Amino acid sequence: MTEKETILKAEARDLSFYYGQAKALKNISLPLYDKKVTALIGPSGCGKSTFLRCFNRMHDLYPNNHYEGEIVLHPDNVNVLSDKVDPIEVRMRISMVFQKPNPFPKSIYENVAYGLRVRGINKKSILDEKVEEALTNAALWNEAKDRLQDLAFNLSGGQQQRLCIARALAIDPEIMLFDEPTSALDPIATASIEELMDELKSRFSILIVTHNMQQAARVSDYTAFLYLGELIEYNETKKIFTNPDRKETEDYITGRFG
Amino acid sequence: MRFTLQEMRTMIARHKRWDHIFGLVGMLCLLLGILTLVVLFGQLLLQGMERLTPEFFTSFPSRRAENAGILSAWVGTVAVMLVTAMTAVPLGVAAAVYLEEYAPRNWMTAIIEINVTNLAGVPSIVYGLLALGLFVYQFGLGQSILSAGLTLALLILPVVIVATREALRAVPGSIREAAYALGATRWQMVSGHVLPYSSAGILTGMIIGLSRAIGETAPIITIGALTFIAFLPNSPVTTDFPFISFKWLMDPFTVMPIQMFNWTSRPEEAFQLNAAAAGVVLLVMTLAMNGLAIWLRYHLRKKIKW
Amino acid sequence: MNTPSNRLAYKPLRHIKERIIEAGLFLAAFMSVATTFAIVAILVYESIPLFKVVSLWTFLTDTQWTPLFDDAHYGIMPLVAGTMVTTAVALAVAIPMGTIIAIYLSEFASHKVRESIKPVLELLGAVPTVVYGYFALIFVTPLLQKLMPELSGFNMLSAGLVMGIMIVPYVSSVSEDAMRAVPMHIREGSYAMGSTRFQTATRVVVPGAFSGIAAAYILGISRAVGETMIVAVAAGMQPNFTLNPLEPAATISSYIVQVALGDLPHGSIGYQTIFAAGLTLMLMTLVFNVIGYWLSRKFREVY
Repeated sequence: MTEKETILKAEARDLSFYYGQAKALKNISLPLYDKKVTALIGPSGCGKSTFLRCFNRMHDLYPNNHYEGEIVLHPDNVNVLSDKVDPIEVRMRISMVFQKPNPFPKSIYENVAYGLRVRGINKKSILDEKVEEALTNAALWNEAKDRLQDLAFNLSGGQQQRLCIARALAIDPEIMLFDEPTSALDPIATASIEELMDELKSRFSILIVTHNMQQAARVSDYTAFLYLGELIEYNETKKIFTNPDRKETEDYITGRFG
Repeated sequence: MRFTLQEMRTMIARHKRWDHIFGLVGMLCLLLGILTLVVLFGQLLLQGMERLTPEFFTSFPSRRAENAGILSAWVGTVAVMLVTAMTAVPLGVAAAVYLEEYAPRNWMTAIIEINVTNLAGVPSIVYGLLALGLFVYQFGLGQSILSAGLTLALLILPVVIVATREALRAVPGSIREAAYALGATRWQMVSGHVLPYSSAGILTGMIIGLSRAIGETAPIITIGALTFIAFLPNSPVTTDFPFISFKWLMDPFTVMPIQMFNWTSRPEEAFQLNAAAAGVVLLVMTLAMNGLAIWLRYHLRKKIKW
Repeated sequence: MNTPSNRLAYKPLRHIKERIIEAGLFLAAFMSVATTFAIVAILVYESIPLFKVVSLWTFLTDTQWTPLFDDAHYGIMPLVAGTMVTTAVALAVAIPMGTIIAIYLSEFASHKVRESIKPVLELLGAVPTVVYGYFALIFVTPLLQKLMPELSGFNMLSAGLVMGIMIVPYVSSVSEDAMRAVPMHIREGSYAMGSTRFQTATRVVVPGAFSGIAAAYILGISRAVGETMIVAVAAGMQPNFTLNPLEPAATISSYIVQVALGDLPHGSIGYQTIFAAGLTLMLMTLVFNVIGYWLSRKFREVY
């Protein structure tokens, strides 16, 4: 099987997370493989988004949160959650696409160029090239090439989400996080994003949160089932969806709860 | 375009320097603002201290600086504020109730809304000119307490309207529906439920408005208030039936800020001390009113949970 | 005793009472329209006699304003210049300071700092302007004179600086509201790209709040243009056609105060000039407000 070729990209080790006093994640350990898609499923409120947002330290933006345990990035063995590691450094290596498309109040071009500008790259030739490349890879170039100076808000919802993907692609991340990227989109836009994800996984490791089990089955190589902040089961997607080890997983997948 | 870890860390350190610089600059700006307030108050207090005796509050203005006091000024301020509050609050609350609870969505309402916003931006001295032309001469009210009170009432009307509307809006729609469901008419719903529940918010708006009115000088000078008043207005209480008199409304007057301005513009050094002392009194009045409003707002937010 | 059907019957009296109340409330709301109308009407009506004597051209182009002298000149420009200079000085203080404070409070300060410092800052806008005038004259001018010995006792610089401080809370609180209206998920998007706070604030939040910030600036300008007492106390009240902030000068509003302080018979030339000056002031504020309205319309953000 493919397991022999897989390279470990990151792993959560005994990760717990607290909102103030409330323990939202309980001792989760989970590997993330390079060039593979890992899906997080579970009923709402199970902590899957919370878990995802640990990877780029989004929780640091709000007071009174704290982490326990580690998330280690390979091959350089950096613990993302360490106090010594700047969250900005983590976010430069790990991109994120959000639940609701959140383009900046800027032109399409400037949205994609944003990450490069933030990194101090302002040379027009490099920006032009990178913007085109990212938009092409996000399957938006043909629709957007004649209106690059248009405000991003003028795009449709699905286009906006692809723009956000292009924005994240332009900085060449090592891991890309998707937080229910299609929950605000119609079925056609959803299909195009899923298709895109399949192409993108050749470039980096992908972690996706989804509430839609068919989506997890379609796009992912590995699936983790979370429930009440605990990791119930993690395995290859095929195995999870055909023959799960745990009864809770089976109940959830067959729609008996949640 | 991937950076090495080392390049990335150097770059982040460079970028974060701006965070630190801006944090510092922001702090400094805030401090400068607050420092100004402190220095201003300290300066006034230091200069005016020796004049702040009980006699200062019970004496009329005088040609001799050390005998001059603010009796007529503070009595005038109280009288004018009374007229202002009695006019601006009912008018402002009624206007706000209309706009929030009654107004249909049509061009008339839109014009009223735009007007309230625009009036808040009209310079206060223009209100003074309006009052001079309209109240003093057209209506023949003269340079009286009534004229001044009405002028300031118009001036703070937008403040009262905006604050009241905010307070009314904070009352959830379910309360209104509950009242209607019990068969209340619109006015019964407003007077019996929405107004009482938002009274603290309305009170806050009233205090803020009055605190603005109390310090206003320009419009009152414009209507021609006198600067040297060595007598008090007629008493509102009389010994004869019906024991209440409104003659004071038509009396000439002076107010605190005008008294202070008058002393400030005197060339003699001695009067500057009076000006400072009057400034302390004026400032304490405004700050106390604002403090009260802040306190009210704070407690309101803590108490009511819909 | 009433039967239920009787109690639910239509009561015309109650209906009429409701209508009367509604009409009363409408009249109160209509007061704002009446006030605006009255302001314009009075300003125009009382200044018309002046424009019968002085042509509009002279009013706008004569470089002297000496209506109460024997050799009377009626050029509003010296007063407009004074107003412009004090406003410019005030804005040079209020716009940078107000914007920086707004960004700091909205993006950098913790919740606790923000909630405790904002009310204190807002007191700056509550201090009576005559007190500020006194402060400018007695404290700021001598302080400036230590740096610039040639500065005159009355000058527009110190009045403008103090006015700027007064306007800071107006600029900062409206700008801050606009910045905080930028939704959190837009900010998260920026942070997720690896931006620092400063980058997020300047590249995403400020452009995203532009229409609100423009409105805050316009509010600041209107305040500065109409401010009276600080200038009347600290800048002297002599019309002086100059753009040099180190000199004393009168503004439109301080001229009105100066004339109103004297004996002002109804219908006299002095009486007419203050209405003409007021009309000019009103038009200036109107122009700024129209610009502001246009700006915030053009750059309105939709999230």
